[in-house]
Amino acid sequence: MNGGEAKPGTAMVVAMSPTLMPLAEAAETVDYAATAFLILCSSLVLLMTTPGLALFYGGMTRTKSVLNMMMMSFSAMGVVGIIYVLYGYSMSFGSENIAGIIANPFEKFGLANTDAIINPFGYEGYGNIPELAFVGFQLTFAVITVALISGALADRVKFSAWLVFAGLWVTFAYFPIAHMVWGGGLLSGAEGGLAAAVYGVTDGVANVVPIDFAGGTVVHINAGIAGLVLALVVGQRIGFGKVAMRPHNVPLTMIGAGLLWFGWFGFNAGSELAADETAALVWVNTTAATCAAIVGWLIVEKVRDGHATSVGAASGVVAGLVAITPACGALSPLGSLVLGVVAGGLAALAVGLKFKLGYDDSLDVVGVHLVAGLWGTIGAGLLATSTGLFYGGGIDQLVIQTLVALATLIVSGVVTLIIALAIKGTMGWRIPDDVEIAGIDGSEHAESAYDMNTRGGRMGVSGFGSHDSEDVPAKNLEGAKS
Amino acid sequence: MKLVTAIIKPHQLDEVKEALEAFGIQGMTISEAHGYGRQRGHSEVYRGAEYTVDFVPKSRVEVLVDDMDATSVVDVILKAAQTGRIGDGKIWVVPVEDVARVRTGERGVEAI
Repeated sequence: MNGGEAKPGTAMVVAMSPTLMPLAEAAETVDYAATAFLILCSSLVLLMTTPGLALFYGGMTRTKSVLNMMMMSFSAMGVVGIIYVLYGYSMSFGSENIAGIIANPFEKFGLANTDAIINPFGYEGYGNIPELAFVGFQLTFAVITVALISGALADRVKFSAWLVFAGLWVTFAYFPIAHMVWGGGLLSGAEGGLAAAVYGVTDGVANVVPIDFAGGTVVHINAGIAGLVLALVVGQRIGFGKVAMRPHNVPLTMIGAGLLWFGWFGFNAGSELAADETAALVWVNTTAATCAAIVGWLIVEKVRDGHATSVGAASGVVAGLVAITPACGALSPLGSLVLGVVAGGLAALAVGLKFKLGYDDSLDVVGVHLVAGLWGTIGAGLLATSTGLFYGGGIDQLVIQTLVALATLIVSGVVTLIIALAIKGTMGWRIPDDVEIAGIDGSEHAESAYDMNTRGGRMGVSGFGSHDSEDVPAKNLEGAKS
Repeated sequence: MKLVTAIIKPHQLDEVKEALEAFGIQGMTISEAHGYGRQRGHSEVYRGAEYTVDFVPKSRVEVLVDDMDATSVVDVILKAAQTGRIGDGKIWVVPVEDVARVRTGERGVEAI
């Protein structure tokens, strides 16, 4: 009941439901509208990572490291996509629950036994979708969550260390938390979970069910705290706080933010898993909160810095989207405006913390995703129309939202710390100092993003490229041969 | 022969070019430049972090002229580039020993 309201004469709406049970043979008719919707939404979420997030982050780095930044998003697709097909889905949404923490990774290994028709709503006649449509949708979530973290690591991290981290982190942090929140584990409303332990159970469901419609905990708090831990373990860039590390291409960042917004409709509305009334409400709430967040961010900037900036508007978009993500099914459009304007303002204030506290969260994964993710998750306890404090629902929802947020912080923080320290102690995170100063693109990828001017050169390895070519005068090759 | 080099505001470039053409100058070379004089740089803010940008974008115009035209060309550029506000730039003249036109091999004043 992730914020959904009871529909007259029907059961409760449950987004990302834990009850993904195959239907009885007789009822196995696919709901084509819901299926088409979900496949389109999955594609939209894919657009968020590549190229949306890659552009958003890439524009904020310097010319000498933009390719590495974008490659961290593209390579997250590669690594996480493979793992998701192999055991990620099974580990998150398999039916064999292990201590409420994970599902059995081998039950549906390689997507075995995923040809069923499932119903997220748990009743017949509505919302029957192929399980594979759900698999695809969830795959894109795992990918973008990992890619989000890369913003904390700009300019300075070995590409190999990032790839290893991506694989380990998605396995030990993302899949368990996805299972705990959405797969019927400890942080869901299921019997035996945290909410059930605090407020008791009625008919197998906790009396107060945590609200996380589309991933405030699983995606944003999770990635945000991971970004903070990594920034602390990996350390500052050379010259952090002294050298100008301005965004090299603000238009790229704005295009990226626009694509993220567009894709986010798949992320949020798609999390309803059907094209219905709740999906429509979610779309409107997602838009309302984001519009308000732009304004919230720009007001803070205008008052504090004297100017409303383009990077601020783009960042406000993301802060608003992050905040509304957990709450989008539970709020009214007016409540979404309130949630959004506060999210934009809070995140605008939070991005300055890294300079005061000295952690180099390069592109503000903490300031945007952690802060807005926490606000959205906790704010749902205030603004949810059915159970929120401001709507007379009492304090219970707020308490449960806070507990779930804290639990996610602790689990993800500890797991990330262990992985980060393990990598630091073995292969190491950092590229050599001189390479970092010269620019990571050249050393890690042997490429440069821009041909700023004609730099000469010829095909092939230096000095060997055209040694047999007759149309190059011999004098030009002298000294180039080796 | 002289080389006249002018550092001007980028948005004055068209006016300077047209004034030089009207004066009868056949060609010129321009390049993007960055620098500062008394104007100094400016500050920019990204996500609340303020950066000082020392070098301001400028255009560099280079014209090769015969000795007798040098003073007039400086005057033409001066008039066209001047806005009266800080950051209008500078113009200087240096002697040139030799010039060669690559296509024909002409040398000296013939090559200008």
